[in-house]
Amino acid sequence: MNQPVTFTWAGFRKGVRLSVPLLIGTAPFGVVCGIVAQGAGLSYLETFLMSGLVYAGSAQLVALATWTHPASALAAGFAAFVVNLRLALMGPVLAPWFDRLRGWRLWASLFVMADQNWALGVRAMNAGERDAAQLLGTGVPMLLTWVATSMLGRVLGAGLRPAPGHPIFFAALAVFICMLVTLWRGARDLLPWGVAGAVAVATARLLPHTSWYIVAGALAGSLAGAIRDRMQA
Amino acid sequence: MSLSLATLAAIVAMMAATYACRAGGYLLFTRIRPTPFLRSVLAYIPGGIFMSYVTPALVHGGLPSWAGAAVTVGAMVATRSLVAGIFLGTAATWAVWLLR
Repeated sequence: MNQPVTFTWAGFRKGVRLSVPLLIGTAPFGVVCGIVAQGAGLSYLETFLMSGLVYAGSAQLVALATWTHPASALAAGFAAFVVNLRLALMGPVLAPWFDRLRGWRLWASLFVMADQNWALGVRAMNAGERDAAQLLGTGVPMLLTWVATSMLGRVLGAGLRPAPGHPIFFAALAVFICMLVTLWRGARDLLPWGVAGAVAVATARLLPHTSWYIVAGALAGSLAGAIRDRMQA
Repeated sequence: MSLSLATLAAIVAMMAATYACRAGGYLLFTRIRPTPFLRSVLAYIPGGIFMSYVTPALVHGGLPSWAGAAVTVGAMVATRSLVAGIFLGTAATWAVWLLR
């Protein structure tokens, strides 16, 4: 923390170089999202706008799982909010960088903050990196890859025209199953995850064709885990 | 190249909600420290969301989906590669779906 935080073109370019391995993880997720967008009935333009403006894969997949025509802004917005609550805890960790940024540098850096480049940024910051433009440098190629691969997936979906229930849509489940494997921290996840799954199944039966089951399951599971942790503390 | 007004409104709502989390979380939680309990709840949310998305879909999808899920977990544990997990899991689901 001794040296001042800077925001330079060199830092941005360093971020771009560091982003290359992250793009390999972003690309397949983007393709899956594009295929699912086609399945949900989104046009090319709508897919482009969603990936470019929202730029949050998990939230997009969750919202698209129960997309309706006409779409519900309330349901989609609420689903995006709950899925992205984790981002609210990520920003403050990078406060030593963000606190020194003003105007577009801050707002653009926050816009491109995603799970992978955030983790890279935290590691760099803790290792003494003082050039905050690195986050934007890793984020911009990820955003561009995200939009491009979403469009590729949308094209693939249009070519295949899969019927609802086609096994290609399992790819969206596979994305989340992969994330669960990465998130697994041991036996203490069993209770919150079990509660989340059970509440989600029950809610999906009670309120079919809405995304409330994801919200209800996630909140019930997280509360169960946090209450258990507090009782054990 | 169609753009329905309702879809555009839903996309804008998603954008606003997402940016509120990205920027609002930084603005709020650097001023107010979240309580340990709230922090704990928020930390469990990602796992909760993914379980809530996956479980009803597996129950509904039946045998091909369960087979795909098992292969996805196996591929992911073995390789830690998102590409391998998605590709092998979807291929397994597709294979079982065709065989049934």
